[in-house]
Amino acid sequence: MNSDRRDFFKGMATAAAVAVVPSVARAREKKRPQSDAVGLLYDATRCIGCKACVVACKEQNDLPADTRGYGKGLYDAPEGLNEFTKNVIQLYKDAGEESYVKKQCMHCVDPACVGACMLGALQKGKYGIVSYDVDKCVGCRYCEVACPFNVPKFQWTKAAPRIVKCELCRDRLAEGKEPACTAVCPRQAVIFGKYTDLLDEAHRRLKDNPGNYVPKVYGEHEVGGTQVLYLSHVEFEKLGFRFDQQESVPHLQQSVQHGIYKGFIGPVALYALLGAVVFRNRGKSDDKES
Amino acid sequence: MQEKAQPIGGPLFTRAYNVLLLIAALGIGLTLWRFAVGLGRATALSDGYPLGLWIALDVVTGTALACGGYAVALVVYIFNKGKYHPLIRPAILTSALGYTMAGLSVAIDLGRPWNMWKIPLFFWDWNFNSALLEVALCIMAYVVVLWIELTPAFLEGSTKPWARKTAAILNKALIWIVALGMLLPTMHQSSLGSLMMLAGPKLHPLWLTGWLPLLFLMACLAMGYGIVVFESIFSSTVFGRKPETAMLINLQKIAAWGGLIFVGIRLLDLGARGQLSDAAHLDRFGTMFWIENALWLLPLAMMLATPRPGLGSLFRSAMVVLLAGSLYRFDTYLVAFNPGPGWHYFPSVQEMLISIGLIAMELAVYVAVVKRFPIIGGMKHAH
Repeated sequence: MNSDRRDFFKGMATAAAVAVVPSVARAREKKRPQSDAVGLLYDATRCIGCKACVVACKEQNDLPADTRGYGKGLYDAPEGLNEFTKNVIQLYKDAGEESYVKKQCMHCVDPACVGACMLGALQKGKYGIVSYDVDKCVGCRYCEVACPFNVPKFQWTKAAPRIVKCELCRDRLAEGKEPACTAVCPRQAVIFGKYTDLLDEAHRRLKDNPGNYVPKVYGEHEVGGTQVLYLSHVEFEKLGFRFDQQESVPHLQQSVQHGIYKGFIGPVALYALLGAVVFRNRGKSDDKES
Repeated sequence: MQEKAQPIGGPLFTRAYNVLLLIAALGIGLTLWRFAVGLGRATALSDGYPLGLWIALDVVTGTALACGGYAVALVVYIFNKGKYHPLIRPAILTSALGYTMAGLSVAIDLGRPWNMWKIPLFFWDWNFNSALLEVALCIMAYVVVLWIELTPAFLEGSTKPWARKTAAILNKALIWIVALGMLLPTMHQSSLGSLMMLAGPKLHPLWLTGWLPLLFLMACLAMGYGIVVFESIFSSTVFGRKPETAMLINLQKIAAWGGLIFVGIRLLDLGARGQLSDAAHLDRFGTMFWIENALWLLPLAMMLATPRPGLGSLFRSAMVVLLAGSLYRFDTYLVAFNPGPGWHYFPSVQEMLISIGLIAMELAVYVAVVKRFPIIGGMKHAH
C-alpha cells in the first residue's frame, strides 16, 4: 500500500471515528412538555383497588375480557397490561407493606416508542398524547423493545395483529369528556387535568402531608419526564417502576445518530469518496507487494 | 495462474440435496401455518421479548455473516488488491442469498407484513429518528444492489443480444453500483447497533454504549472476512478446487487484528464510563461479556502462535471469528436485553424449524447457482 493511500485511510478512519463518537458535547436538547400537555395524576394512597377504572377502560375501548388462567372464562382479572388490557390495577404486598398501583401508557415527554416507529404509527400529537395509527404499523414491535415501561402490547393471538396501548381516551377528549378511568374513579385516586396543574397538585399534596408519601413525584423527571404522574407511600421500584434515570431513552441514540447523519452529509460524502476511489483504482491493481 | 470462474457442473439432485429441499419445504409449510394462527401460537415471543430468534439470528447475525461481499469489495476496490478478485463472486452470491433470507425472515416476523410496501414508498411518513427505518430501507436497497452485482455471472454464458446489451450497461454503471454496495452496509450494519441503543436501560450497561454503531460495523467486517475464509476452504474441499491459501491468511489477519481493536474499544469505553466494575461482576452478563472478548482475542493468539497456518487451522480460526461476532450480536439483541422480572424467552421448536428451513433454502440455492453458473474460480485438483 503506498503512503498517500495509507494517509487517505487514516483520514477516513479518523473522520469515521469523529462522526461516531457519542458526542455528549453537542447532544440534542432535552425535550420539555408541550404547552397543551394533559395527563393523569395517580395517588396510590387514595386507591382502594376497586378496578372500576379497569372495567371502564375495557368498555370504552371495546376490549375483550382476559379470562386466561381462570378455567372456563368466568372471571376477567388481567394480571397486567396485555393485548386485552390498556389499563390495569395491580397490588403490591410484602412484609406489612401494601399498595395498589395503576398501569397504563405514561405518555412520555420524549417517548422511546415514537422514536422507534418507522412510519410514525406511534406519534406524539395534540395534548402530548402518544397515539397509534394501525394503517402505518407493520407490526415490527420495535416500540415494545424501546418502551422503558413495557406499555405497548402486541396482539399475539391475532393473524392480523395491532399494537394495543392507552391513548388517554383521545376520542372522549374530543367530545369534551375526561378519560374513562378518571371519570369512574370513586376516590379521585386518579385525576385528569392539564399537566402543569397536576404537577402543582402533586407537590401541594407532598407539602401538606409529607408523612404520607415517598418524597417525590414519579414522572416529573424520571426517564425524561412523563405526562402521567404518581404519588405513593411505597417505594416506586416496588410498584414496578424500574428506572429512575433522568435522561430520556431516545436521548443517547438520537444524539449519536444525529451526529452521524446530520443533514445526510456524511453518507453522501462517503458515497462520493467510495465512488471516486473505485474510479481511480479502475483497471490498475496494486499487488506489487505481498 | 488464476483460472476464470466456471460452473462446477455435475448432477444437482443428489441425496444430500434432496434432504436440503425437504428441510426447506418443512420450513415453508410451518411459515404458512404461522401466518394462519398468528405469532403467539407459532413462537415463544412475548410482550417482554418481542424480538427473538428470527431477528437476533437470521437478521442481525445472518446479515453480518453475509458481509463477505462487503468486506472483500473493500479490499479489492478500495485497497485496490485486484488479485483478491476471484473471491468476490462467491462472496457476493453468499451475501445476496444471506440478505434475501434475512428479508424473508423479517417478512415472517412482522405482524402486518402486508404493510411492508409502505416503508419504501410512503416517504412523507418517514421517521428520520428511527434507526429501524434506516436499516429497513438500506437492506431493501442492498438486496437489489447485490443481485445487480451478481447479474453478470448469470449473463456471461448467454450469447443472446439482450444479455450482451444488459451486461454492457451494467459494466458502465458498475463503479456506482459497487460504491453503493459498500456505502449501504456501512450504514445499515452500524445502524443495527444503534437500534439497540433505544432499548435504553433495558439493555445491560456492558452492551449499552454510544459506540454500538462502530462495534457492530467492526463485527460485521471481521465476520465478512471470516466467512470468506470459511466458505473458500469449505467449497474448495467440497467441490475439489484449489483454495487461495495465501490470500485467505491475509484476510484472516485483518479479522484477527480487528478483534484486538474491538476488545480494546470496549474496555476503554467501559473505563471512560466508569463501569468496569460491571465487567468484574461475573453474573450471566459479565460472564457472557468475557466469553465474547475471549473469542474476539483467540484468532489473534492462534495467528501469532502459528504465523503460517495450514488450511485446517485457518478454517478453525475463521470459525472462531464467526462465533465471536455472532455471539456479540446475538447477545446484544437477546442475552443483554432485560425487559424485567417475569419475562422469559427460549425459541419454540417451530421458530427454530422455520429458521433452519430458511438456511436450508439458502444452501440449496447456493449449490444450484454455483453448479450452473460461473461463480467459483480456481483450478481443479489433479486427481
